[in-house]
Parts: sequence; structure tokens; C-alpha cells
Amino acid sequence: MSTEALRAPPDPRHLGHGGESAEGLSEFTGHGTGGPAPKRIVVGYGFWIFILSDVIMFSAFFATYAVLVDSRAGGPGPHQLFDLRNTAAQTACLLASSFVCGMASLAVGQRSQRWTQIALLVTGLLGAAFLALEFREFAGFVARGAGPTRSGFLSAFFTLVGCHGVHVTAGLLWLGTMMAQFWAKGFRQNIRHRFLCFSLFWHALDIIWIGIFSLVYVMGTVLP
Amino acid sequence: MSTETPQSTGPDFEAGSYVGEDRPLGGEPPAPTDLAAEVRGYLLGLGISIILTAATFWAAGTHLIYGPGIVMALVVLAIAQMGIHLVFFLHITTAPDNTNNVLALAFGILIAGLIVFGSLWVMAHLNHNMIPVRDLSSMGQ
Repeated sequence: MSTEALRAPPDPRHLGHGGESAEGLSEFTGHGTGGPAPKRIVVGYGFWIFILSDVIMFSAFFATYAVLVDSRAGGPGPHQLFDLRNTAAQTACLLASSFVCGMASLAVGQRSQRWTQIALLVTGLLGAAFLALEFREFAGFVARGAGPTRSGFLSAFFTLVGCHGVHVTAGLLWLGTMMAQFWAKGFRQNIRHRFLCFSLFWHALDIIWIGIFSLVYVMGTVLP
Repeated sequence: MSTETPQSTGPDFEAGSYVGEDRPLGGEPPAPTDLAAEVRGYLLGLGISIILTAATFWAAGTHLIYGPGIVMALVVLAIAQMGIHLVFFLHITTAPDNTNNVLALAFGILIAGLIVFGSLWVMAHLNHNMIPVRDLSSMGQ
């Protein structure tokens, strides 16, 4: 078979991948012609789908909380429990952590091992500080008899906020893995793709926290 | 072998941990070039986020806003800050290589909105139409 037939399968209307260019790429990549997108785009898209499914799961927890927020069974409500200063400190930790994670991705783009490790370490420490504040708050609630078994409101609260905390914990483990992999294997393409997924995950967790601190904590102290 | 097109045999499509560089995409530089501009982008996102967060906590304690309007203000501030994060931190843009991400995001928002508002709507009507327990106990007499 001739190389001509190999290179150009019959596709007069350019419905399939490939098109006319030799590499199967054209400037129209992303518009449905011109061949598959680069791996970085495909990996990011796949992980973005996972993040959106996670967001949908959290939306179900938000809906549960909103339905159960008044079901207190005579127990304490948001006014008695929530301390907005603690919430503000948690918010500051997570926002700063998200920003420093962005700095880490810039350091990876610059192939700077030193700044990548420093930025990731700061990201992790801020995330750990967030978790410590959250754990202290939860322990305080339980000590005051307001554990997750006390009322429907508290069950929904601990499920929603605790699930976010579990995500942050998993993110910290992932972060440590990324630091080790950058250290041991360098800035290989597949490691950078993993880090792209991690940074998407970490920023998305901050977006979830925006919903939690605004609609659970602050609104809980505003509503009667 | 004769039916395979050249691009399906390229190293970019192997499974597993292929070690190599991304192919440069048309119109897109292979690596970020202007570090200062990228840092400025993140700083701008951080600054706007801090302002919106401070506004959220301020709205909770103020008497300047009409009371029932505070809830709406909190919702609007939260949605605005999520948008800021999407643009400045997650880099969701209108670029052609982001079309799929934007469409997936739109679908995710649709489903999340249906779950939250649908649940609230259904449960509010359920509570409203439910016979109170004291009426229920007197029905048998």
C-alpha cells in the first residue's frame, strides 16, 4: 500500500481526526477537527469531570443541610455553636493555601525544584492549619454534647463539613506524594500532569469551602 | 497495519507513563513565558477573593443592609467568589481548548442547581402541606 493512502484516509468532509496537515494537527484543535488535543488538555478535562461529580455530591450534602437546618430536636443551633472568628481563620488559611498552590504551579512551569518544594510545603502547612482549626471546632462541639447524633441539623452539618475535611486530608496526602515525586523523579511530563490534577483538586476544595463558610457558618448566624 | 492512520501510532497516544514533551498546540506556547504576568493574575484573584470574603463577614454583622436582603447578599457574594476562583485559579477561560471544560462546568452547575433548589422546593411544600401532628391525633375521634 502506498504511503499516500496511509497518510490520507478518504474523508472529504473532514469529519474524522487528521484533516489535511501532516501531523494531524491544525490551528483548529479544540473545535472538533484537527486531531486529538495534547495530553495535558485531555488529562485536565478528565480530572475536571471528576471534580464536577464531586461538586454534585457536595450539592446533595448542601441540600440535605439546608433541609435539616431547622430540625434541632431541642438541641443547640448555629447561633449557640458557630464562632465566626474561627471560621474566618479557617477561610484565611485555605485561601492562602490555594494561592500558594498557584505559586507552586508557576514554579513547576519554571522547572524550579527549590521553589516548587517551598511552595508545596507552605501549601501543605496552611492546609494542615485549616484542618487543625476544624478538628478543634468539632472536638469543642462534641464536648458540649453537640455531636453528630444530637439532631438532624448536627448530622447534616458534620456530614457536609466533615466530608470537606476528609477531602482536605486526602489532598494533604496527595500533596506529600507530589513533593516526593518531584524530588525523586524531576519535572517529567506525567508528574506534571499529576500535579495539574492536584492543583485543580486543591482549588476546587477552596470553592467548596466558599459555599460552606458563606452559606453554613455566616448565614447560620444571620438567620434566626 | 494498513488501516491505521499515522497519528494513532504516535507516542502521544500510548497508555501509561510516556515521558516526553507535549506537542505544541497551534497558537499556544509550550510553556508559560511571562512569569510576572501570571503572578499578577494570581495576585489579582487573591485580592478580589479577600475583598469578597471580607464583605461576606461584614454583611453578617452590619445593620446597613435590609435584614431579609442579607441572605441574598451572602448568596451573591459566594457565587461571585466562586467565579473569581474559577477564572483566576482554575483558569477556566473562553479559549478554544477550554470549550469542553466550560460545557462540563455548565452541566455540573445545572445538576447541582437542580439538586439544591429542587430539594428545597419539594421539602418546603411537603412541610407546608403536612398535617400537623396534633390535628392528626384528633382525626380518629
